[in-house]
Amino acid sequence: MSKIHVTTTINGDPVEYLCDAEDTLLDVLRDHLGLTGSKEGCGTGDCGACSVTVDGRLVCACLMLGAEAAGHEIGTIEGMAKGDQLHPLQQKFIEHAALQCGICTPGILVAAKSLLDHNPDPSEEETRYWLAGNLCRCTGYDKIIRAVLDAAKDMREAS
Amino acid sequence: MALDSKTDTKPQTFKVIGTRPLRPDGIDKVTGRARFGADMSAPGMLVGLVLRSPHAHARIRSIDTSAAEALTGVHAVVTRADFGPLRDEGTADVLDNCMAGDKALYDGHAVAAVAATSGKVARQALKLIKVDYQPLPHVTDVDAAMAPDAPALHEGRADETVPAGMSGNVMARHEFGHGDIDAGLSQADRVLERTYRTEATHQGYIEPHACLATMNSDGQADLWCCTQGHYMVRNTCAAILGLEQGQLRVTASEIGGGFGGKTTVFLEPVALKLSQKSGRPVKMVMSRAEVLRATGPTASSSIDVRIGMTRDGRITAGFAELRYQGGAYPGSPVDMGSMSAFAPYDLENVRTVGFDVVTNRPKQAAYRAPGAPMAAFAVESAIDELARGFGLDPLEVRLKNAAREGTRASYGPTYPAIGLEATLRTAKDHPHWSAPLGPNQGRGVACGFWFNFGGDTCVSLNITPDGTVTLSEGNPDIGGSRASMSMMAAEELGIPYDRVRTVIADTGSLGQNEVTDGSRVTFAVGLATIEAARAAKREMCKRAAQVWGIDEDAVIWEDGAARPAGPNAGQHPPMSLAEIAAIASNTGGPIAGHFEVNAEGAGVSFATHMVDTEVDPDTGAVKILRYTVFQDAGKAVHPSYVEGQFQGGAVQGIGWALNEAYIYGEDGILQNPGFLDYRIPVASDLPMIDTVILEIPNPGHPYGVRGVGETSIVPPLAAVANSVSDAAGVRMTSLPMSPPKLLAAIQSGTS
Amino acid sequence: MQYLSPTTVDDAVRLLSSQTGDCKVLAGGTDLLVRMRSGFAEPDSILDIKRIDELRRIAHDDGGWRVGAAVSGAEMGEHADLVADWPGVVEAVNLIGSTQIQGRATMAGNLCNASPAADSVPAMIAAGAVARIAGPDGIRDIAVTDVPTGPGKTCLKPGEFITSIWLPSRPDRSGDAYLRFIPRTEMDIAVVGCAVALTLDAGGTCTAARVSLGAVAPTAILVDAAADTLIGTTVDDTALDALARACSDAAKPIADKRGTVEFRVHVAGVLAKRAAIIAKTRAGGAP
Repeated sequence: MSKIHVTTTINGDPVEYLCDAEDTLLDVLRDHLGLTGSKEGCGTGDCGACSVTVDGRLVCACLMLGAEAAGHEIGTIEGMAKGDQLHPLQQKFIEHAALQCGICTPGILVAAKSLLDHNPDPSEEETRYWLAGNLCRCTGYDKIIRAVLDAAKDMREAS
Repeated sequence: MALDSKTDTKPQTFKVIGTRPLRPDGIDKVTGRARFGADMSAPGMLVGLVLRSPHAHARIRSIDTSAAEALTGVHAVVTRADFGPLRDEGTADVLDNCMAGDKALYDGHAVAAVAATSGKVARQALKLIKVDYQPLPHVTDVDAAMAPDAPALHEGRADETVPAGMSGNVMARHEFGHGDIDAGLSQADRVLERTYRTEATHQGYIEPHACLATMNSDGQADLWCCTQGHYMVRNTCAAILGLEQGQLRVTASEIGGGFGGKTTVFLEPVALKLSQKSGRPVKMVMSRAEVLRATGPTASSSIDVRIGMTRDGRITAGFAELRYQGGAYPGSPVDMGSMSAFAPYDLENVRTVGFDVVTNRPKQAAYRAPGAPMAAFAVESAIDELARGFGLDPLEVRLKNAAREGTRASYGPTYPAIGLEATLRTAKDHPHWSAPLGPNQGRGVACGFWFNFGGDTCVSLNITPDGTVTLSEGNPDIGGSRASMSMMAAEELGIPYDRVRTVIADTGSLGQNEVTDGSRVTFAVGLATIEAARAAKREMCKRAAQVWGIDEDAVIWEDGAARPAGPNAGQHPPMSLAEIAAIASNTGGPIAGHFEVNAEGAGVSFATHMVDTEVDPDTGAVKILRYTVFQDAGKAVHPSYVEGQFQGGAVQGIGWALNEAYIYGEDGILQNPGFLDYRIPVASDLPMIDTVILEIPNPGHPYGVRGVGETSIVPPLAAVANSVSDAAGVRMTSLPMSPPKLLAAIQSGTS
Repeated sequence: MQYLSPTTVDDAVRLLSSQTGDCKVLAGGTDLLVRMRSGFAEPDSILDIKRIDELRRIAHDDGGWRVGAAVSGAEMGEHADLVADWPGVVEAVNLIGSTQIQGRATMAGNLCNASPAADSVPAMIAAGAVARIAGPDGIRDIAVTDVPTGPGKTCLKPGEFITSIWLPSRPDRSGDAYLRFIPRTEMDIAVVGCAVALTLDAGGTCTAARVSLGAVAPTAILVDAAADTLIGTTVDDTALDALARACSDAAKPIADKRGTVEFRVHVAGVLAKRAAIIAKTRAGGAP
């Protein structure tokens, strides 16, 4: 059975890979490309640990085929910091202790960045609903929500 | 010398403890660089997958693996026949749970496994394995399993504590307490008798179990896995596979949540066996469905409570019979449930009886204060109902009966200084308690207790030549413990926090370490870290004494430097840690401190939770409006992570109270093995979770630290139930309080 | 397995018809990939329709809106004019799953998945939506009500797929709303769903109404008896009580892991009332 040749862009870098038709984008990222920052918590789109962006749109990498990525711009957690400069959300997550085990953190950061890209001044409720598809079992979400709102505030003030 | 300071409870001042530095693994974890269980790979690696029973209970007549073995790309197939017999019954149960023997005992029980060149080939191979099952009658409910005619899982496994004539599924009976229940009840103005039920809930860590195993024909093996205790993994796998412990090196990955669920093995022995047979590294990762079907949820429970109270709120007697099913093997946490049920109270007459019951469900694993939340749900609900019935303030009633220093606990010991009263008084004075409530809103409170553990602990602290410090510990960092260990080392050595780097050592680098459980790490590893630092300080004082040419007893360590103890020791400028480190090679060699202990004195912990809810009387939907946690932390090393533990525990308890449950069909098959219908709370379900940290020092720890991780899940089941009962006007005695259940109760006016 | 990604409807029809094995049409994939992952679907080929430009559009058509089968829920939610005309339909689509799911899931896919609990289907039925189907025999239009024929089953014939959903023009003084009951606030499948679309006259009397229920029968159902309770009334409390009774009467649910029969029957009425009030307000009626 022949593999599918895919040309795409990941975190701004041109990337080519071969995948099986049934490989999800998450399989490709993790198993073929070594981008293991996106996590598989459920494989069914219920936990958000594999959140990535496709052309700026937030999606679960487990619910998209690797073959579908051709020609699109994929953004993952690995592309969030610029060089040694953390994104304000990343910095705030550390400062607010918004992570305990850290397994949901990459997905939540990608989702939170997508929120702030759409809405630089979200309310607590908007933030909670936007992130409802990102399960965290450690924190009870309190510090996560605070970190996102604080980062949003700093980013608004800086812009 | 080592533990001298344990009795020192005078208030201490700290420089690092109590501050909120950034966690050292923060950047790795926000950039996706941290490597969790499934993030490792090895050259030539195969993919391992498990075939699982589709039956709740079945005899395995035969397994034919020949077609799977013949499939191109398949390099090994294992079944139970590949594992030898084991003498130790506990380990035998662990093996049987990892790979079924002559019977499949629950839906999802592993029966075979394959290793192949890809997941695709492995999945094809699983389909080619032919298992001849003879389905057997099954039972999944705890009370049904205790019926005399219930289908029996194991014959003759009950221990000697079980009275004759009970169902063969009752494995053990436990009893705790003192006084005379009947005499106590006769003094009461009201005796309340209620039965409470809770469903099994899963720990729900977001990271599925994963491992990468390499096992050679010479008996040496390496294992990478996500676990709460890699020493436990080593010892268990070595026993199952007949390896020498020293030949199996286990490295703990970053761990994506555990909450007790990663304190045993599931995939690891199978992966090692597949690796041994195939001669290749084998990686295994569970799907979410496998996690829910085959790894440990907690026990479900059925509890009868009988409590007598006088009209002024004094509890005259408390009795509870607790029945917990812990899945297909003995070992439900009913013993700890029975011990903790009345632990917050000072009672003259108290007794609990617990029954450990097996059913056709996955073997339970520890879940955050195992056994205690269900017991607290029952007892705290009953106390609440009695208090409200008399028109008494539920916090006052609890204060009136609260255990304090000197109280003989219901499970035996006499308490040293404890923090229950402090949590209750603080709760009573908190603005939350007097805030107004709207229509269909209610407020509930409940208390909770957890023992906290210590256990085998071993750390090594090394002073590098440039005067920085590396600390090796043997417990995976499940929520910020690298930070708290670095803080305790820095505090003790008198150096800045960021000059200490804590690493999680593999099993080849340290001695035995107990699993990360029982809220033990900040207490026990912290204690060992402090003592290791003290050992290093003694050595550094000795080096300074050598340089100064004075007696080592005449040197003390203060503010990060060796100093002459007094004027008699002579005039010498202080030697800093860095200065001593720089000349270590010339004064006797490298400087290190280490400490090994079976830590005792963990210090029990108490919490009081307060929660407001609103009930939609037309649908039974519950909204959490406000939540406040009051808990004694002994001493909060890193307050942010203490708050995080409080918040996380409360929210897990909210999930348990409202929507989480294992749902089995008549066929004994789990109906909700996914995060869609196994409903853990999502961000939009919740308000902020307020926390109040109380600090009543634990006399058993140099800094007064108590474990904090588990107590926080004990009160919320009852607190939420008390709040919902208040809001809905009906007493809810069965969890989860799902909307259909609550609506039915509202409509019938009773639960 | 083969992955096919045609760029025209004609090519898609040709490819779909020429497949010998099981070929699944992939729109958002949020149901299909889950079924594949769990082993419930093992297609021999997948036909991705997202590279067909005309299926990615939301366009005015015949006074109403034509929403391409590959348009995601998020794109619908961001289309202000569509939201203004059919807020109930869009809110129903936007209730499907998380933000992440919204980035992929489509209204047509929700319809084809044929779950009795699909959120967008009662809203589409209440709106009088029509599905356009392409196949070897050409194009045909069929009312959304008639597309699902049972759990997981549709009226689509081999080689056919939905290319778009058409929402009719919205009459003046009309409003629609969809509500569902779930145990959490997000991320759940509807235990009961109810959509109401209604039109008022200048005096506030309801002149037309359509009421649809989800998760109370093998497919989402249009409840004429419920609509009749509203027509000719000002959607006052008496009418709302009658609406609730009619919806509860029409509900013939099963008991399952998500809810009991009694719960679904009762809540069908509760939601109908609440949805009707929102629809009435949106139509400009007195609250």
